[in-house]
Amino acid sequence: MNSPLLTARKANLTSCHTCHLLTDASATHCPRCDSPLRQRKVNSIARTWALLIAALICYIPANVLPMTITSALGGRQADTILSGVIYFIHSGSWEIALVIFVASIFVPLIKMMILAFLLISVHFRIRWKPRDRARLYRLTEAVGRWSMVDVYVVTILVGLVRLGVLANVDAGPAAVYFAAVVVITMFAAESFDPRLIWDVLEK
Amino acid sequence: MNSPIACHDCDLLQNIPVLPEKAVARCVRCGAVLYRHKPDSINRTLAWTFTGLVFYILANSYPFLAMKSGGFVQETKLVTGIIQLYKQGIPEVAALVMLTCVIFPLVDMVGTLYVLLPLRLKRRSPKGAIRVFRLIEMVRPWGMVEIFMLGILVSWAKLAKMATIIPGLAFYSFVVLMLAIAAAASSLNSHLIWEKLDRRT
Repeated sequence: MNSPLLTARKANLTSCHTCHLLTDASATHCPRCDSPLRQRKVNSIARTWALLIAALICYIPANVLPMTITSALGGRQADTILSGVIYFIHSGSWEIALVIFVASIFVPLIKMMILAFLLISVHFRIRWKPRDRARLYRLTEAVGRWSMVDVYVVTILVGLVRLGVLANVDAGPAAVYFAAVVVITMFAAESFDPRLIWDVLEK
Repeated sequence: MNSPIACHDCDLLQNIPVLPEKAVARCVRCGAVLYRHKPDSINRTLAWTFTGLVFYILANSYPFLAMKSGGFVQETKLVTGIIQLYKQGIPEVAALVMLTCVIFPLVDMVGTLYVLLPLRLKRRSPKGAIRVFRLIEMVRPWGMVEIFMLGILVSWAKLAKMATIIPGLAFYSFVVLMLAIAAAASSLNSHLIWEKLDRRT
């Protein structure tokens, strides 16, 4: 593993992002699948920062505003993501409380923190544990989509609980922000180029 | 298969040896999965995709969940919630749910059949097969039926105290759909398909 390692870029080749064909670096489009070719994702760092900040801004209303508004027999109750978690803890279903907490609060936050950390580490050309940082990146990529679960819960509740005055669930204003957080962080993870972690190691 | 490829996560050039049954090749430097041996890839992917399509149709035509509370029974379909979101003035979220749980899974399955079926029947690949395969590779991470399934279970738990939830035929079909899509995705060998679609001499 300590033998000189050759990257595609050093060998003057470009790997197609879509079909993984190796082509001469001068080509602009993949000769096999016709995707546009780039040795590294364009403006990866700036783009990822921009998306990350946008996601962080949406994360606040997503957690503060109500996700659902339940009205039953004259009473009205607005539920935020956190109050949903607390409800499940009180009713004894801690497994579900854990699922919602992890998927809706913990995952988006940790994902934004990891991306910020990766961006900073690349910016300052840090050489610390690249393999672990690469693993962190793959983790954020794999796990981020599961945050969508709360958007689906709102969708299902809103469709199902339509009993007029008896019980009714409406989507709250947080739903839009929360959906935005999930989608924007997915795009942010996609726009980050993990090869930047390794480029630093080459002279 | 013995031509070098670059790791998509760290750009390192390396050769992938011929893999034994069910083996995984990882990048020597960063540990990313480079290649997975998938036995009988095209046949299995096609079989699961056909299964998925049949249950997709069922999941979208029959009642999904019903809620019984007191004397009331409220029956819903898969798209009922999406329509409600739209009516309540958040079409963005409605569109997102529609795309991730209804449209993208369908695009994925139909596109897979369009590309793989001619390969299986040893016919010439239809026009645009490359473009279609690019599209489905792009769309696949945005298909989220398994996450929707988790959403159903959470909602179910949420409503369990105040009502009885009765799963309909579409619900069970959705479970099969979810498994079929996951199985199709894990049997599909993209490298192999790209090699077969290669039009260069």
